[in-house]
Amino acid sequence: MAQLRQRQLYSGVTLLVFVLVMVSGFNLAADRNGGSFWGGLKNFFDYPSEVVGEAAEKAAELPAHFKTFFPALVETINIAGVSTLIGALLAIMLSLLSTRGLARWPRMIFFFRRVMDIMRAIPEIVIALILIFVLGGGPVPAMIAIAFHTTGALGKLFSEVNENADLKPVDGLSSVGANWTQRMMLGVVPQVAPNWLSYALLRFEINIRASAILGFVGAGGLGYELKNAISWGQGKFDEAGAIFLLLFLTIVVVDQVSSHFRNKLTHGSAGGH
Amino acid sequence: MADLSAHYTAADKLFLRKRMWNFGLPALVLAYLVYVFFAFDVPALVEKASAQNAKSLVTDMYSHKVHVTRDNRNGEVGVAIEGEKKGRYPEGTAPEWVSLGEETVIELGDGHVVIYGPETISYDIPGYGLVTATPKRSSGVNATFPEGRLPNWINASKNRVAIETEAGRLTVTRNKTEVFRYFTGWELFFFTLDSPYHGLGFGALMGKAFSGEAGAILSDFWNNPMWLHKDVAWAIFETILMAFLGTFGAAVVALPLSVLAAKNFAKVLAVRFAIRRVFDFIRGVDSLIWTIILTRAFGLGPLTGALAMLITDTGTFGKMFSEALENVDNKQIEGLQSTGARPAQRFRFGVIPQITPVLLSQVLYFLESNTRSATIIGAITGGGIGLLLTQAIITQKDWEEVTYYIVLVVLMVMLMDQVSGWLRRRLIKGDESGH
Repeated sequence: MAQLRQRQLYSGVTLLVFVLVMVSGFNLAADRNGGSFWGGLKNFFDYPSEVVGEAAEKAAELPAHFKTFFPALVETINIAGVSTLIGALLAIMLSLLSTRGLARWPRMIFFFRRVMDIMRAIPEIVIALILIFVLGGGPVPAMIAIAFHTTGALGKLFSEVNENADLKPVDGLSSVGANWTQRMMLGVVPQVAPNWLSYALLRFEINIRASAILGFVGAGGLGYELKNAISWGQGKFDEAGAIFLLLFLTIVVVDQVSSHFRNKLTHGSAGGH
Repeated sequence: MADLSAHYTAADKLFLRKRMWNFGLPALVLAYLVYVFFAFDVPALVEKASAQNAKSLVTDMYSHKVHVTRDNRNGEVGVAIEGEKKGRYPEGTAPEWVSLGEETVIELGDGHVVIYGPETISYDIPGYGLVTATPKRSSGVNATFPEGRLPNWINASKNRVAIETEAGRLTVTRNKTEVFRYFTGWELFFFTLDSPYHGLGFGALMGKAFSGEAGAILSDFWNNPMWLHKDVAWAIFETILMAFLGTFGAAVVALPLSVLAAKNFAKVLAVRFAIRRVFDFIRGVDSLIWTIILTRAFGLGPLTGALAMLITDTGTFGKMFSEALENVDNKQIEGLQSTGARPAQRFRFGVIPQITPVLLSQVLYFLESNTRSATIIGAITGGGIGLLLTQAIITQKDWEEVTYYIVLVVLMVMLMDQVSGWLRRRLIKGDESGH
């Protein structure tokens, strides 16, 4: 009973500290903010309703806007697609090199893991901005930046998948004299490919969002168009509205399609293949 | 026999299909990459890419330059690190490789000497010869060179002469003469020139620290006007604060909503359906759009960033939490029910102990990834290290500061990764042993 009371006391104190930290944190953040919290809360719906109102007024022009911004949408999807693809290919290599039992050079496991940690830790925006300085604006800096981060993020997940792979096929292959590449391609990849693919699809969803954000800082695609549209301000809200809508629909469709395939991959693999 | 041949055909078909995959998939990937190569217009990009920018970026990341500047209109000479006001040597002082006077003699090392005379600037380049330039307001830069064709590291016109050697760089225009000398390392990282501790070794500093100057030394470092350690530390804190408020705020908002969206707790279908669509909507409206809307309402700053993350993650957490709630084991709840526990008690003792470890570990995962997102969102909403980073990148010359910030961001994210992993292990273990 005494123990229970002590436990309850601990829980209570933890909860109290948590609440205090949250409240003072929000106050601190609000002090440093341009506008106040309560003032902002009142205006929260001003901008969305202005955009929606103006877009609804000019609803007839929306299809034309969709047509105008369609190439930008394709660019955003391509940025995400290529960077996921390249990132996943690099991640496959790095993850195989940093999994115990599979690594080509077991002594280098630590090194490759740290490489992935660093690749994961650098925010995409940093690489994108630096590359914009060197390469000029456009989709390529965003693509490289996202691929870089994707390599680190997927590499970690892939190597967790690899750790669960059965090593018997690998042993069998090495007993008949297969080299490292052959052992990996024939012994490991067939086992882990469905899980890899599932993670890569999840990453693709994330990368669509990332490519929209990077576009906003000048790296092409829908985000770039959005930045231009909202900086024109009132009178051009129909364009901003059209882009908001396109982005929303893209994200929802990609999420749905990808989660459908991921379900199939993770649940279907038990029965078939 | 007929049976066996059917197997043969099936095996052949399977092999054919495998072969198609094995060759078809790489071919498809390659075709896509080729398409994107041209869609992104990579050939034009390679042409446009600035090797000069890349070079200055990389050199600036690990080295700094000292400017020795002469105002050609009045003959005044000043020395400044990176040409910045905060890095300027006090009037009449200079580093030892520059001797000020009637004639200013600048030794660039390896025998390279530039002399700022009263009228004429001369640069003695070993292995090439003497270059002189006499800048005049009326007739431009009157430069003389050794006999022969000009080498390509000298760029001369009527009004401007630029000489770039491995020792440094000299630029003469009608109004200004400037010499750059490059040094490895970050300049004035610890103390600026006006601090009495500038140029002291580690041992000397420690000696002074122990004789009672530790406070002054720390304050000079902390308030370094060039590197702004104080502001950087604050920015890092602000970024972590944004991530913390966003993540845990979202968890607090999402928890009650997720109960309403879980099949086994919310019996009314309409409510469940409505809440789920709200979660889907929030997740579908990307964090970028939320950030824009919130910036309009709340202005720029860390609170806006925190709220943007809070809203976006509420959608994600809501979905994840309600799934976790639907997976709770009913036995514990039934057991409590058999002892006559009320619904609130059943929830407190039957459900919460089961879901806490799952939810906390999900939230902690997000804390780590949100630290990185906070850097990105901060760049848009103007808060934390993201703001400092973008500002430093936009100046296009403070690459040493960019490097410094990147190192700090990487360390910050790794630290959060460690902390969240450690907390996750501790909390989950603690919960398994207790209750």
